[in-house]
Amino acid sequence: MNAFMKNFLRNKGAVAGLILLSIVVIVAVIAPFIYPQSPWTMVQRPFQPPMALDGFYFGTDVLGRDIGAGLAHGARVSLIVGLVSTLVALLIGLPIGALAGYFGGIWDDILMRFTEFFQTIPSFALAIVIVAILQPSLSGIVLAISIVSWPPVARLVRGEFLSLRSREYVQAAILSGLSPMNIIFRQILPNAISPIIVLASLMVASAILLESALSFLGLGDPNVMSWGYMIGAGRTVLRQAWWICVFPGLAILFTVLALNLIGEGLNDALNPRLARKGR
Amino acid sequence: MKKALLSGLIGAAMVATAAMAEPKSGGRINVVVQPEPPGLMLGLIQNGPTQNVAGNIYESLLRYDKDLNPQPSLAKEWTVSDDGLTYTFKLHSGVKWHDGEDFSADDVVFSADVFLRETHARFRVGLEHVESITAPDAETVVFQLKNPFGPFLGMFEAGTMPIVPKHIYEGTSFKDNPANATPIGTGPFKFEEWKKGSYIHLVKNEDYYIDGLPYLDEIYWQVIPDAAARAVAFETGQIDVLPGGSVENFDVPRLAGMDNVCTTTEGWEFFAPHSFMWVNNREGWTAKPKFRQALMYAMNREFMKDVIWNGYAEVAHSPVSSKTRFYDTDVAKYEFDPEKAKALLDEVGYDGTPVRILPLPYGETWNRWAEAVKQNLDAVGVKTEIVATDVAGWNQKLSDWDFDLGFTYLYQYGDPALGVGRSYISSNIAKGSPWNNVSGYENAEVDQLFADAALKASAAERQELYTKAQAQIVEDVAAAWLLELSFPTIYRCDVKDLVTTAIGVNDGFKDAWLDR
Repeated sequence: MNAFMKNFLRNKGAVAGLILLSIVVIVAVIAPFIYPQSPWTMVQRPFQPPMALDGFYFGTDVLGRDIGAGLAHGARVSLIVGLVSTLVALLIGLPIGALAGYFGGIWDDILMRFTEFFQTIPSFALAIVIVAILQPSLSGIVLAISIVSWPPVARLVRGEFLSLRSREYVQAAILSGLSPMNIIFRQILPNAISPIIVLASLMVASAILLESALSFLGLGDPNVMSWGYMIGAGRTVLRQAWWICVFPGLAILFTVLALNLIGEGLNDALNPRLARKGR
Repeated sequence: MKKALLSGLIGAAMVATAAMAEPKSGGRINVVVQPEPPGLMLGLIQNGPTQNVAGNIYESLLRYDKDLNPQPSLAKEWTVSDDGLTYTFKLHSGVKWHDGEDFSADDVVFSADVFLRETHARFRVGLEHVESITAPDAETVVFQLKNPFGPFLGMFEAGTMPIVPKHIYEGTSFKDNPANATPIGTGPFKFEEWKKGSYIHLVKNEDYYIDGLPYLDEIYWQVIPDAAARAVAFETGQIDVLPGGSVENFDVPRLAGMDNVCTTTEGWEFFAPHSFMWVNNREGWTAKPKFRQALMYAMNREFMKDVIWNGYAEVAHSPVSSKTRFYDTDVAKYEFDPEKAKALLDEVGYDGTPVRILPLPYGETWNRWAEAVKQNLDAVGVKTEIVATDVAGWNQKLSDWDFDLGFTYLYQYGDPALGVGRSYISSNIAKGSPWNNVSGYENAEVDQLFADAALKASAAERQELYTKAQAQIVEDVAAAWLLELSFPTIYRCDVKDLVTTAIGVNDGFKDAWLDR
């Protein structure tokens, strides 16, 4: 564990990412305390530029809502959507990939054709269709993002399992009569976990982007303040009031960047030999 | 100073010569249509964008000037008998349908008596007063009324009584007729092509029965779904005319301030667009009048007017617009009073059941508006949910009564008997349409007042009855009135004579010409 930390901390980008993400997480956690009112509340005159009024460091939007409140509460939404949808995608992708990789043969064929079926559909288009069918709501969006983002997990897990299942310790476990489920989840999976963790951190980032894109298009949950919604609503007045779009845009940029940096750092830390060779 | 005065004079002189200049023929004009209409068959669909486009394809017997006085259209002259029961219209001769068939009085009889009777809910209200419609000869139509009907002469507008071709529709299923996709009218412009999602192309009707009209060769109605893109298209010169309501309100001052750009809020007198929320009177908390009153007190409509509509509106206090005849200036007003709203909510014992708000999916302004209403209601403790939907879903949910509060705006057509009564009389409650009494408001007294008022000949008597009706409907909050909208039309100043009637661009291209 110490070696892991050392490796991770050696990567400056990863540390910067971690700091950025920590800020976002802290803001998300304390949002209800620093902005106790709903971010939808119209608290001031509309179109106030940043710093023009005391306490409104980010200005107000087209209806006089505090952009700062929107950013803070939007952080909660983005993180929740990112985490939950990644978790759901893992729950779908992991078993499918594991079963396909471990059993191989006909199971592999069936499960991989099923996975490819999802991979052939452009994921954003599919997400739009799913949200349109389910009606825009937070749970519908999470489900849509999960459904479009599990196939890479399945493929990755399958690949890992394919290579790991021929190792001696797996052979030994089979010989000692352990059940397949036991072998899959207690023997192989722990050894396959590091690339999955790296992938998951990147999936959180892409889930946040997907949610923002959906909200931007007006397919977000209309009762939940999110960064994508803020950009979408402010886009029409970009020329009069740049700050309405720019701040949530920066928030998305930095959060996604942070997650990517962390993902890279994790990758290096979890595969130290690979990382050093690459340098 | 002298120089400024001089250039002012020259400017004035130039304006004067421009106004007197002979109209020029020819040219193509690009107009925005927003949103893309569901269809162009004006006898079946009367959405705003459909009327925008199809009002130049179809015609009715009359047009109306900005003071709502009737002007000739398909009818060149008309007489009303002294008892107010017989309306005789003399039609233009030599009128042809766009497919080349001859137009005759039979088409008028078919349209009014058969086609629109089946398809047009608003027109049907007027038909109830009609005893018979006959065509004594090919160029004469006689409407014989059962009783005097005050607003009858206001019913011959293109969107109210579009004349449709008998030879195409007689004996067919009107809604399923394949000809609906290629509308055939008598108007100054012919339907040429509709590229879905892109444009609707109309071309000049060369055989138009008034020599020299129309002046323009073709009209492209451009479909640009994004509001910001519409504004940019106008700025870059791709678009010549932005009909009222087609750009977001906060863009209006910027576009109006451009060089060689003119704006007018005229051309909406006939419609007097009245925005309100249908309030489901049937079930849930919204079925309680006191709860509905609380909604009215909770809403800060001055804010909505100033911020969301940039001042291009007036607060609506009554089901009747202040621009329409028989508005009662003394009607009780619900001022913004959150405390009173809370007190009323306590009184009815509101338990926090969420109220669903159905926004009108007509763009960002309307989304922001729904959010503002939600905030106002949340502030007094009414839990709300916004139900996001598209135009089809909005139609569907209102038609199926699957809503609590539903945004809409309706036209008033110059007279309460034409544009107001339909939304509040109980005989107009029916599933399947978002244009009837969608709230489900039922009050026998109001029904009677509207019925009586329409039949009175004297304006004073009508005013008395409409005043009573307004007082009752306002007390019951049959619907939650928001604003009287005004939609500025923005156009290049070299587009001349565009807005000359009470329905503006809807039939304005008949006379419009390009000074280029």
